[in-house]
Amino acid sequence: MRKQYIRLATVGAVALLASAASSGTTPATTAGTTAATTAAAGTTAGTAAAIAPAAIKEGLTIAVIPKAINNAYFDAAYAGAQKACAAIKATCEQVGPTEATGAAQVEFINTEIQKGVNAIVISAADADSVAPSLQQAKAQGIAVVTYDADVNDTTARSAMIKPTTPDLIATSQDKWISDSIGPDGGEIAILSAAATAENQNAWIELMKADLAANYPKLTLVDVVYGDDDAAKSAEKAAALLQAHPNLKGIIAPTTVGVAAAAKYISGSEYKGKVQVTGLGLPSEMKAYLKDGTVKVVGLWDPGMLGYLGVYAAGIVASGGDVSTGINVDGTSYAADDKGVIVVGPPAEFTADNVDQFTF
Amino acid sequence: MSALRRVSWDRIVPLLALATVVLGSFQHKKFLTDGNMTFLVQSIGEIGLIALSMTFLIICGEIDLSVSSIAALSSCMLGFTWQHTGSVWVSIVVAIVVGGLCGALNGWLVTGLGLQSLAVTIGTLALYRGLCYALLGDRRLKPFPAWFTSLNFRKVFGTWVPYVGVLVVVLAIAFGVVLHATPFGRRVFSIGQSKDAARFVGIPVGKVIFRLFVVNGLMSGLAGVVYTIRFASSRPDGAVGMELEVIAAALFAGVSIFGGVGTIWGVLSAVFFLGAIRSLLRLNSLSANELTIVTGSLLLCAVIVPAIGSRLSNRTRRASPPAAPAVSTPNRSDPGHQPQEKQHA
Repeated sequence: MRKQYIRLATVGAVALLASAASSGTTPATTAGTTAATTAAAGTTAGTAAAIAPAAIKEGLTIAVIPKAINNAYFDAAYAGAQKACAAIKATCEQVGPTEATGAAQVEFINTEIQKGVNAIVISAADADSVAPSLQQAKAQGIAVVTYDADVNDTTARSAMIKPTTPDLIATSQDKWISDSIGPDGGEIAILSAAATAENQNAWIELMKADLAANYPKLTLVDVVYGDDDAAKSAEKAAALLQAHPNLKGIIAPTTVGVAAAAKYISGSEYKGKVQVTGLGLPSEMKAYLKDGTVKVVGLWDPGMLGYLGVYAAGIVASGGDVSTGINVDGTSYAADDKGVIVVGPPAEFTADNVDQFTF
Repeated sequence: MSALRRVSWDRIVPLLALATVVLGSFQHKKFLTDGNMTFLVQSIGEIGLIALSMTFLIICGEIDLSVSSIAALSSCMLGFTWQHTGSVWVSIVVAIVVGGLCGALNGWLVTGLGLQSLAVTIGTLALYRGLCYALLGDRRLKPFPAWFTSLNFRKVFGTWVPYVGVLVVVLAIAFGVVLHATPFGRRVFSIGQSKDAARFVGIPVGKVIFRLFVVNGLMSGLAGVVYTIRFASSRPDGAVGMELEVIAAALFAGVSIFGGVGTIWGVLSAVFFLGAIRSLLRLNSLSANELTIVTGSLLLCAVIVPAIGSRLSNRTRRASPPAAPAVSTPNRSDPGHQPQEKQHA
């Protein structure tokens, strides 16, 4: 029963993961999707020196180990991994525990070591427990790459694929609200998760700084907290509209909040007058994008984590070096001095492209 | 039928374990390799340790659901003490002592206040886990020294046997001797058969049970230390759910949840068997979901098969009275006969 609760919790955690960016980072383009997103990723990476594409051997076996299976977020990441595996002609398999603990993951890492896979791509359920096993894997010549969540002992892996950065999350949302409202600007408000939510608070600080520096016509008049509860978030959105009659837009940096606000506004007189944007799941936001309530929302695409993770693992398993970054499909992704490779800014979802995303 | 009757379940379990190893070695070429056997033993180390003392408690008719929380609290205390004293040895002692204290609290609540162990240890399961979070929260501790965490990978004299394997086997022999060959062990079985009868013949029931809880706490504390070494970290959410794996192994080995029946070798074999099955299934790429289903089904079989065996033997006995004396020879450590004994009691 305990396991079942944990499983339920993990499934529920998808949304949480997405909104809280547990790994603290970023965005993504789906493997080989829109030109727009690819171009966006290209610009970020473009600042770094171009990285030459590395040769990858065919026929590698690669194990993808999520924090836990039965989790839509990681299934989406694995879908990306499978695309990459098909591209590099590798055999991919997703294995992992039903409960997201490092201890449970270790059993699977050990088994994969025994099977003699060429590479392990893993999202560490906790940053310490899996490190000794990953060190063992490395010692046996297995390529190790982390995605989504890293280990503290960064020598236990060759690279880490990080979805985005807090900075990119903040600046993207400011840009979206500015684009949605238009050049005249006006009053905006933020509808966050819990007042104590660390990730959201960090983003809000960055958003404030970015607004002050780059968007003189936007005035942030209020920050309210819906506690990631749909009903409470809708109430808070309604209260915002009452309290600030000149409000032009709401940013909700949480999947629950942005869906609740969009739902409320789509059924109210404010539809089309007050803009909503933030971090939202394409599956949940589709209706509001299509009915015009919301012009753009975004989120990192977990598929890109698996996609680049497999590429990086394939390069390492083929004897290549990823310490300065990787070049995939003609785009350079630079690594920092700790081997962290950032995918790019959050993917943007609009009425035109939302159907392409499956999460 | 007669085979089912004579061969008790606790003797079948070691055979099952052996059969799994033999068949497994043919089925998957990586199964019976040094590396895999090392991992297998490491993966069942903590469960094996706690199962030894848990067997005593269950035979007494008691249970301790708080063992995983005790192990986690010990692990947290180990990390906490290491952080503040810088001595691994002091930390290990503190960790095991804390385990003993947790066990003593369980024991006092059960024997001193006369509360039910199931209810008490559901409570302390939550309490000790809560203390873990209070102690460490999500703080990060400084890393343990490499010699300490590398103990996990060290093997005995260049063989595949990890240290923890030796620890479990040595302690299993000690626990086995105490349970099956000493007056104390006989007292434990007597208490499990009937607490009233045990009191009547002068056995200090409360004292024995209290000690068993303390020992169980110490063993859980030791398991917490092993766990910390294996994962090179102290975390408040460590060892979650381990109590169920321990109790499942004990029940699989035919230890009666009603008390009075069980053997150490059976339990140890069951721990190994369940670990080996999981290892084999994982090598064959079964998903964690399928693993859960297989493990659950195996546990059910372990309950059903001996029950059918004893039904059959009961029926045979009724049909042929002369056979009865041989069958009903009291053998308190024999789970295959447990249901009849309970009926007669």
